[in-house]
Order: sequence, then C-alpha cells, then structure tokens
Amino acid sequence: MADKPVEELAHADLADGNNVQATTPSPVVGPSLSRRGPLQYTLVRHLGLAVLGGLALLLLTSSVSAYRDFQIANVGYYVVAVAGLTVLTGLNGQISLGHGALMMVGAYTAALLLQREDPLPVTLVLVLCVVTAAAVGALVGAAAARLRGPYLAGATLAFAVGLPGLTSHYSGRLGGDNGLSVSTGPPPESLGFDFPGERWQAWITLSAALITLLLLANLSTSRVGRTFRAVRDDEVSAELAGIHVARTQVLAFVVSAACAGLAGGLLAVVSGQATPGAFSVALSLSILAGAVLGGLGSLAGAVYGAVALVALPSFSSSTSDRFDLGTDVKSNLPLLVYGALLVVVMLAAPQGLQGGVRRLLGLFKGRTPSPVRNDSGTDVSVSTPER
Amino acid sequence: MDRFLSVTISGLSGGMIYAAVALSLVLIWRATRVVNFAQGAMAMFTTYLAFTVLEHGGSYWVAFPIALLTGLVLGAFVERVLVRPVENGPPLNAVVVTLGVFIFLQGLAGLLFGGRFRSFPAPFSNKNYNLGNVSTVSPFEIFIVLSVALVAALLFALFQYTDVGLRMRAAAFSGEVARMLGVRVGRMLTLGWALAAVAGSLAGILVAPSVFLHPNNMDGVFVFGFTAAVIGGLDSPVGAIVGGLGLGVLLSYVASYAGGDLQTLSALAVLVFILMVKPNGLFSTTATRRV
Amino acid sequence: MRSMSERGASLEVVDLVTTYGAVQALNGVSISVPAGSITAVLGANGAGKSSLLRSLSGLVKPKSGKVLVDGQDVFGMAPEDVVQRGMSQVPEGRGVIAELTVDENLRLGGLWRSDKADRAKAVEEAYALFPPLDQRRKRLAMTLSGGERQMLALGRALVARPRVLLLDEPSLGLAPRITAQIMGLVRRLCDETGLTVLLVEQNARSALSVADHGVVLNLGTVVASDDPATLAADDNLRHAYLGF
Repeated sequence: MADKPVEELAHADLADGNNVQATTPSPVVGPSLSRRGPLQYTLVRHLGLAVLGGLALLLLTSSVSAYRDFQIANVGYYVVAVAGLTVLTGLNGQISLGHGALMMVGAYTAALLLQREDPLPVTLVLVLCVVTAAAVGALVGAAAARLRGPYLAGATLAFAVGLPGLTSHYSGRLGGDNGLSVSTGPPPESLGFDFPGERWQAWITLSAALITLLLLANLSTSRVGRTFRAVRDDEVSAELAGIHVARTQVLAFVVSAACAGLAGGLLAVVSGQATPGAFSVALSLSILAGAVLGGLGSLAGAVYGAVALVALPSFSSSTSDRFDLGTDVKSNLPLLVYGALLVVVMLAAPQGLQGGVRRLLGLFKGRTPSPVRNDSGTDVSVSTPER
Repeated sequence: MDRFLSVTISGLSGGMIYAAVALSLVLIWRATRVVNFAQGAMAMFTTYLAFTVLEHGGSYWVAFPIALLTGLVLGAFVERVLVRPVENGPPLNAVVVTLGVFIFLQGLAGLLFGGRFRSFPAPFSNKNYNLGNVSTVSPFEIFIVLSVALVAALLFALFQYTDVGLRMRAAAFSGEVARMLGVRVGRMLTLGWALAAVAGSLAGILVAPSVFLHPNNMDGVFVFGFTAAVIGGLDSPVGAIVGGLGLGVLLSYVASYAGGDLQTLSALAVLVFILMVKPNGLFSTTATRRV
Repeated sequence: MRSMSERGASLEVVDLVTTYGAVQALNGVSISVPAGSITAVLGANGAGKSSLLRSLSGLVKPKSGKVLVDGQDVFGMAPEDVVQRGMSQVPEGRGVIAELTVDENLRLGGLWRSDKADRAKAVEEAYALFPPLDQRRKRLAMTLSGGERQMLALGRALVARPRVLLLDEPSLGLAPRITAQIMGLVRRLCDETGLTVLLVEQNARSALSVADHGVVLNLGTVVASDDPATLAADDNLRHAYLGF
C-alpha cells in the first residue's frame, strides 16, 4: 500500500552490502557524479529515493480516510522498530527478544517529557527517546556482546519480561498498570484549522521512518555496515582482520535500541499513552515476527514486515467483527498467526519471505542469488557443541 | 530472623518449581542442543487443560495427570513435527521455531480460554504450619517439594537404570555413534522432549495457584527456570535442581525485602552475572555428566 | 576362546557411488570380502576411505551401487537397520560415548537385540577379551586411555555379535605396541570365529601385516587390489599411495 517508494529506498541489501556500487552501470551517472566516491553516490541515491518516497506518502496520506491515516501512522513506527531489529539480527547476527522493552523505554521517556508543564517540542522529545533507549541499549548490548544464540535470546527475553515490572514498582512516577497518558497537542495551526490529527501523526511517524531507513541504508553500505556483516559471518576472521568484535556488537545493539526507542516514542505519541501492557513479550515477539517475515535480509523486507504487523490485527479485527467472534478472538488471532508464521517460515523458507522472493527473482534472471550464505541468512555463530 | 527463616523456606518451595522448569530445559538441551523457549507456554497451555477439567466438575486428581499427559503429547509433537526439521540447522532457526510455538500457544490460550486471570485451586491448604514464632511451610508447599522431587527421581531412575534411558542418553550425547549401535535416535529425542515437557507441565500446575492462570502467567516462571538451568550449566540435571532452589531462595528475599516486581530483573541480573563469570555454569560439565 | 560371533558373512560392494552435493567421493568402488577374511582398505587422507565406511554403514546415503551382506542388499539402509543385518562399524577411538561408563558403552552395543540373556553373555565375553575394561566397568569412558578406548569401541561392536565388522582406523593415535596388539586380536577373532573384517587404515604397513587382501583407494577409485605381499612389494604403489 503506502510503501512502494520506501521499498526502493530500502534496496540497500543487507545481505550483500556492496551490490549498490557493483550492479549500477556507470554510464547512467554523470561525469561529475562518478568522480565522487561510491559512498557519496550511494548517499545521493538514497536521499533521492527518500525524497521521492516522502512525496508519494504525502500524496497518499492526504487522500485517504482518517482511519487509514491512523493505520499508516502505526506502520510508521513498526517500520522503525522492525528495521532496527533487522539490522541487529540480519546484519550483525545477534537476536533480541527485548525490543518490546526497549520500545517501552522510548515510550515512557516520551510520556514523562511530554507530561511537563511546558513540554518540549515533539521532535526534541523523540530525539531524547532515541538517546535514552540507546543508553539502555548500550548497557544491554555490553552484556549481549558476551552472549551467544540461545543465551542471548534468554537474557533479552528476561529483560522483556522483567522491565514492565518497574512500572508497578515505581507506580508513583510511572503510573503502575494504568501507565501514563501522552498528549502532543493538535497539529500546527499553519496546516489549517480542520487538519486531521491522524494525518499529522502519520506525517510524524512516516518522516521518522524515512529518516531511519535512510540512515540505516547508508549505515549498511558503509564501512561500519561491512564490519557488522564481517562479525556476523565469522567472528574469528573478523577479529583477525582487525575488527573489534565486542565493540561492533555493542554498536549494533545501540543502533538497534535507538530505533526501538524512537519506535516506542512514536507509539506513545500515536496511541496517546504509555502502558506496561502494550510492551509485553508478545510485542517483542511480534517485532521479531515482522523481521523474520521480511526475511531479516533487507530494509525493504522490514517495511513488508511492518505492514503485516498492522494489516494482520486489522484483518483479524474486521473478520471477528464480521463473524461476531468476540474480543478474545479479536485480540489473540494475530498472535496465533504470528506464531504459526514464524514456525512455517522457518520450516518452509528459512530465509524469510523476502529471501524467498529474492531467490525467485534470482532464478528468473538466471543467476545464483547472492544472499544465500547459509540456511537462515542469519548465522548467529554459536560454536556447535559436540553431540 | 523469624521472617528470614520463613522467607527462606517459601523460597525453597518456589525454587522447586523453577527447578522443574529448569530440568525440562536441561533435558531438551542435552538431547537436541535447543533451548525450548516454548516450555513456559506449553506448561501454561496444559494447565489450562487441567483447569477445563476442573471447570467441568472433574477432581484435582483427574486434572493433575491430565496436565502431565497432555504435556507429554505436546512435547513429543513439538519435537517430532516442528523442531526436528531445524534441529541440525543454524541455532537461530530452532530458537525462532520455539518462539513461534510460544506465541502461538499464548494466542491459542487467549482465544480459547480468554484473557481473564483465573484462580487455580491448590489440592492442599496454603496455610503455613507454625513452629513457635516461625511460620514454616504449608501442606501445599510440602506437596510441591515432594511431587517435583518424585518426578525428578523417577526421571533420574529412568535415565540411569533402564535400557531406554541408556539409549536416550546415548542419543543425546552422541547421536551418530548411537545410530551405529542400532539406537533409533529420532525416537529417543522425541521421547526426551516428551518427558521434559512433563516436568514443565508439572511446574505449570504447581505454580498456577500462586500466579493465577493467564496466557502470560508462565513467562516469568520460564525466565526463572531458564536462569536456574544456566546456573547449573544448562546440561546438568542436578545443576538445574540446585540452581532452581538457589534462585528460588534469592528471589524470595528480593520479593520480601525489595519488591515482587523486581524479581524478573533480579533473575536477569543473576543470569548475566553467571554468564559473564562462569559461562559453563556453576557445575562444570565433566563433573556433572556423571548424572 | 569362546565364539564371539556367528559364522561370518561375505561382504560384496558393487560399483558404489557416493556424492556430497557436486563432489564425488566414491567413484564406483567394488570390493569383495570373502566370509571369514580380512580386507585392508588403504589410501591417503581424502582418498575416500571414510566415505566408503560411512556409505556402507548407512551414515551417508550412497547414490548408486550395491552393498551385499551375505547376499542381502543393505544399500541405502539407515545405520540402525544395517546393524541389525549383521554389519557393525567400529568408529575411530574417539567414537566411544565419553559421558557413559565402560559398562554402559558395552551394553549399548547389544541393546537392539531381543535376547536379553545372550546380551549379558556377550558383554561378559567382551570383558574376557579385554581385561583392562573389566577393571574399569564403572569408569566413564572419557577417563580411558587411547588404547582402552579402542578396545571399548571394538568390544562394543562385538556385543552386537556382528557377522561383518567395519573397522575405522583402529591404529589412530595409538602406540605401535598397542596397535600390534589390536591388529593381532582382530586376526585372532577372524581365524577363530570366522568374522569378516573390512579394515580401513592409514597405517598401511600394520594393516597389511594382518590382512588377507589389500585394496588401495585414490580419489574415490580403486587403484589396486591384490594380496598384501604383492602390494607391499610394489614400490610405485608404496611411494604414491601408501607412504612407506
């Protein structure tokens, strides 16, 4: 739906970072451009796509109903979160079941900052969400860099299960189970008196999503992105090549946590509240499901995954309303589907949907698809224990 | 001092429950090198099935074995059908599959049984006996300790003293050699998962009276069980039980002196500490593989 | 000595092809081992010796060919079924299960058989054959020396009362004296009980010293097949493939 141009922007392929330079025929590029380094060229290309995508989204959000705008706003923050996890897992090979909790850090930061008498501008608040979540991410990441595979999954799961408990422990400040309400005020007056709030929110989250994708796409084609991949593929070789493995892993975690924090802040802004119930383990696993559905291999996949995370509950809700199935079905059907999808994707197409699509395209073009490094595309290198 | 004693004692009975979860994780890890992240959700689900029996007028003593039996079947199914195809793939694939089962079962439980908190009965009184001024232990806590100890002892005897137990250990330790010796390794792994899931289901039905029944109610218990298993080195059954008891006591202090909401984060702190300081657990493998 | 096995069966390998993906590991190997004899399979690292054993015992599924044990085709069977057809593989010395005791390792060898009494008898026979194991029944296999591990692996295979024994590098990492003992024992088993043995060895000299027949593999193909004395006398062969 909304995201065609974003996909293109996101074609910075996480699995094979230098494809942008390698596959682009040089004659297309003007002489002055081609004299610049490939990095600048990539940046310009990404920037151009982001602007195009932004324009397309502007048109789209202005032409749909308020409810659709609300849904698009939701897609926006899911894109940020799923893309962040895609970078961590797909690019760097670390798994995190704690991204829901990191989103909670962002959401509560936003809520606390916006509650003040004289609230800061939303943009600044969101930047501070990124900063706090990145700081927490650095802490978690420092521990995570020492952990592998199932241990890392377990520790981040513990984080996701445990963190919401803080809201009850500090219920005075954090509002306990009822959480905090978040108010960002009406859209700016310059947009007109009857400008729909949903559209304004969609603009906020979509801008954030575009900026995030732009930064992540550049990151993944940069030198840092290459070190991420090197560590993912083979820690020992990376170490021998002079890459500081632990530092790289912490950095990847920080980047990913920063995205989660931004997503959490956006979620608080869109939903108008920050409650512990919204940041359950189920949210962490949904984000993971989104990333896995997207193939864990590219930012375009992250966009598909995010769309699925909004479309599925919406579909489930309308279906259960239509057949009068009740709220239990309505609120749990998406979980059931995510779970089934995680299992099915792993059994049928271990690279995720996006990987499968890419493989098909590769077949059509008559070349072997590049991203097949191993079965999952996400080798978390646990030294295989002797059995 | 009196309070300290009773907090310690209640920590031990809670620890027995974590020990049961840890035991199930260890048995599965030992056999297939997979951490079953669905174990908590599986236990939650079988406890709901027991609850359904109770709701329809069945007695606790019918519901109890039903929880364990359905756990057995569920464990076998998950291994044979869902985990088997990814067992030899990259470790992350198996992790993701068990997470899928986890969230699927949570969704299914919510869909079938609703998202309300339900109270689950205990078969014995929860009132503590008093010894002088010290509030000691309740009949139900004694039941918890005894039933977990009994199941652990039965599992130990099965693994250690029967032919099928020998086959299961051989399949777990060295699948290829076991096959050369005529062991049907696949069947043994399925059986291992099934038995492990029984221990998990036992934990579910024992913990339900204190945490209530809810699709998420085993999340925390799973984290405690995982932490206990890691304390024990993840492949030592004895380590799992000792780890469970130790963690139970520690968390009991945390709940009593700092606040119950901090238990999971404390478990996380213990988990990270252990993994940093002694990544192989407090029970080094060479010593504990004797078990 | 009491009989440890039933009368041996012949092993006939016909045109066996095994591939790993695009790589051809065995390129149409044919070997014939008469009942009650020892055939040594020699060759350098990567010649296909391990692939041959793994294809015979079922750990690897071969692509085409025939594997006849006493005329019965076991081609493509799972390892647990091959054992029950009377052919047992003795993995390299490290193939004992380190976490189990000596006694458990031995008992494991016969568990698939239904005759419980005979299972226990076969275990006792293995102890009689290898007295060092007898003294270490309750010890974990990981505490054994290299030679003892090799005895354990051999004894464990014999508990299955095989008719054909596939021996994988029994001399690997062992002192020459221990190697000689093990080789001598294999010869004795063969002579006294009619056991059929396919002996895969890198140590060509000691393998040829006990074998009735020798086969040299190179790049998945049989490059020579003759009696041991002839093979050992062939200087070209020795220098090119056998390394002595």
